[in-house]
Amino acid sequence: MSPAASASTPTTVAPNDERTVLALSNVTKTYPGTPPVHAIRGVDLDIRSGELVSIVGPSGSGKSTLLHIVGTLDRATSGTVSVAGYDVDDLTDKQLSSLRSRHIGFVFQQFFLLAGETALDNVSDGLLYTGMPLNHRRVLAEQALDQVGLSHRMGHEATKLSGGERQRVAIARALIGSPDIILADEPTGNLDSKSGEDVVRLIEDLNADGTTIVVITHDHEIASRFPRQVSLLDGEVVEDTRSVEPEDLR
Amino acid sequence: MKASLEPSRLAPADMMRASLIGLRTRRLRSVLSGLGIVIGIAAMVGVLGLSESSKSDLLAQLDQLGTNMLRIEAGSGIGIGTGELPEDSTAMVSRVGPVEQVASISETEASVYRTDLVPEGQTGGITVKAVDANLLATLQGQMDSGIFLDEAAGDLPVVVLGSVAAERLGVADGAGGTVVWLGDKWFSVVGVMETLDLSPDLDRAALVSYSTAEEFLDHDGVPSTIYVRSDPDDIDAVRSVLPATVNPESPDEVEVTRPSDALEAKEAADQAFTNLLLGLGAVALLVGGVGIANVMVISVLERRGEIGLRRALGATKGHISIQFLGESLILATLGGLGGVALGGAVTAAYAWSQGWDVLIPAVAIIGGMGAALIIGVIAGLYPAMRAARVSPTEALRTL
Ligand SMILES: Nc1ncnc2c1ncn2[C@@H]1O[C@H](COP(=O)(O)OP(=O)(O)O)[C@@H](O)[C@H]1O
Ligand SMILES: [Mg+2]
Repeated sequence: MSPAASASTPTTVAPNDERTVLALSNVTKTYPGTPPVHAIRGVDLDIRSGELVSIVGPSGSGKSTLLHIVGTLDRATSGTVSVAGYDVDDLTDKQLSSLRSRHIGFVFQQFFLLAGETALDNVSDGLLYTGMPLNHRRVLAEQALDQVGLSHRMGHEATKLSGGERQRVAIARALIGSPDIILADEPTGNLDSKSGEDVVRLIEDLNADGTTIVVITHDHEIASRFPRQVSLLDGEVVEDTRSVEPEDLR
Repeated sequence: MKASLEPSRLAPADMMRASLIGLRTRRLRSVLSGLGIVIGIAAMVGVLGLSESSKSDLLAQLDQLGTNMLRIEAGSGIGIGTGELPEDSTAMVSRVGPVEQVASISETEASVYRTDLVPEGQTGGITVKAVDANLLATLQGQMDSGIFLDEAAGDLPVVVLGSVAAERLGVADGAGGTVVWLGDKWFSVVGVMETLDLSPDLDRAALVSYSTAEEFLDHDGVPSTIYVRSDPDDIDAVRSVLPATVNPESPDEVEVTRPSDALEAKEAADQAFTNLLLGLGAVALLVGGVGIANVMVISVLERRGEIGLRRALGATKGHISIQFLGESLILATLGGLGGVALGGAVTAAYAWSQGWDVLIPAVAIIGGMGAALIIGVIAGLYPAMRAARVSPTEALRTL
């Protein structure tokens, strides 16, 4: 592991470091058009296994774009991205799909649960594209639902649950199969403050159990709850609190 | 640097489940969009089934009646003959080698009425014919009730009625001793025939023997129609020598027909009609396919969020397109099954009402299902392609 403790700029950990889950180096994303939109401008970021990081910034600052690049749903215009030890540039689209199916979990503001399916099956879908048979996935889904405190809602139709419960089902779906990293885009954005608080607590609990989580939010209050905050403005990282107290991770 | 990634995979059972989601959550729409296929396939199966069932009925008829019967008539038409055959025609025809049976019919001038009170001329279209005693056997007809004319009847005033004639004269039972007013005399009805498929004109006739006609109706006995049964192998030869045999002087005035040809012609006409209906069924199928494609394209637009999610969960473009293609295929297959069931039911019901054997050709079922599958694939291709092209990032940004 390359110690970068004394660095004043965000550290660039070698991508093949055992504990580095995510490494971005000088990443940019430009949407073509007239004029072109420079959504991300030269972001360096590394996230290690076990971290709980918030990426905070106002609307339009490039948070979702960054999450899509980190989540390999989109490719950077320039710079290098490595996820779970894989250099994204070297991978084909099919390999990126595979990377997402096993190594990355997503949580979205809009939940994106499938109508007409139970909570259990929605969670099972988290491993759908790994080819694991349904009965295996259901066993893991039960455990995941238990982790988010929804064992009693297993057989309920997911889209008919309350907002907070739906987001917990979505978190369980991201959690199943123990991905290297969970990416959550405004997970409390559609929730009332009580349910939002529950979800934040759940995220903290999951992290305490060792899950690496990145939470995107425009809400500074929520962001400040998490051990490390990365502030984004106009596509640039303007603050990264880990560079201040990196020793916490050791 | 790292173990190579195992490709993302979708188990076949999960592929099926994924393809069923759209159908389960949008039931009414699925049913409606599959309806075109149902109707198209039902039409095709029904048409093929009905034509096959009716054809088998026709073939059974032909088989029963035989195709070895010929009918000789005096040629009719401008400048041709007298409308009568030479007096000794029957005897001449009997001498032709392969001829097995000969029976003649002669038109009389007489009329028949239910009673003597019915005004003259109101015959109900029933003619009176003098016939040979072996006519029924030659035509392979059956008696509905009573007996046919026989030698024993001699020149007694007895009459046998065709099925339509009996109905019009109000004779229910040929053996009931009913009398009818025929040529100014009461005649006893001794029998009623069943419908004769090969000579429907006899259904509308009252038949008396030649001797009776001579005795009571002052009839000369010149035949107008002669029915001939020949050895089936020689039927064509017999057919060609008959005109000259009957009327050596002017064979042109003799018309020889084979009644079974008419049934076969009817079948050919039915076939043409069947083809037309099949064409219409194919059009319905095509419209059904377009309907499915249309509904699927809308469904892809509505389900962008789901598509984005699936891509985030690790689905490849291929997985997405397979899912939508599968949905279209399942829809078309269900439509095809429904169509086969509906077409089969319609065929069975109609054939049953007609007293036919129900015959649904395997080719109709296999062809129908095959057509449904092909339509399903074609209808699903474009929507599946659209679904695969949905950008996951844009899909996940929506709402
Ligand atoms: N597909 C796109 N084409 C062009 N511009 C885009 C596209 N997606 C996002 N943008 C722009 O990129 C910038 C960053 O967007 P986004 O990442 O969604 O920000 P945030 O999530 O922080 O609100 C915005 O100005 C947005 O309008
Ligand atoms: Mg956003």
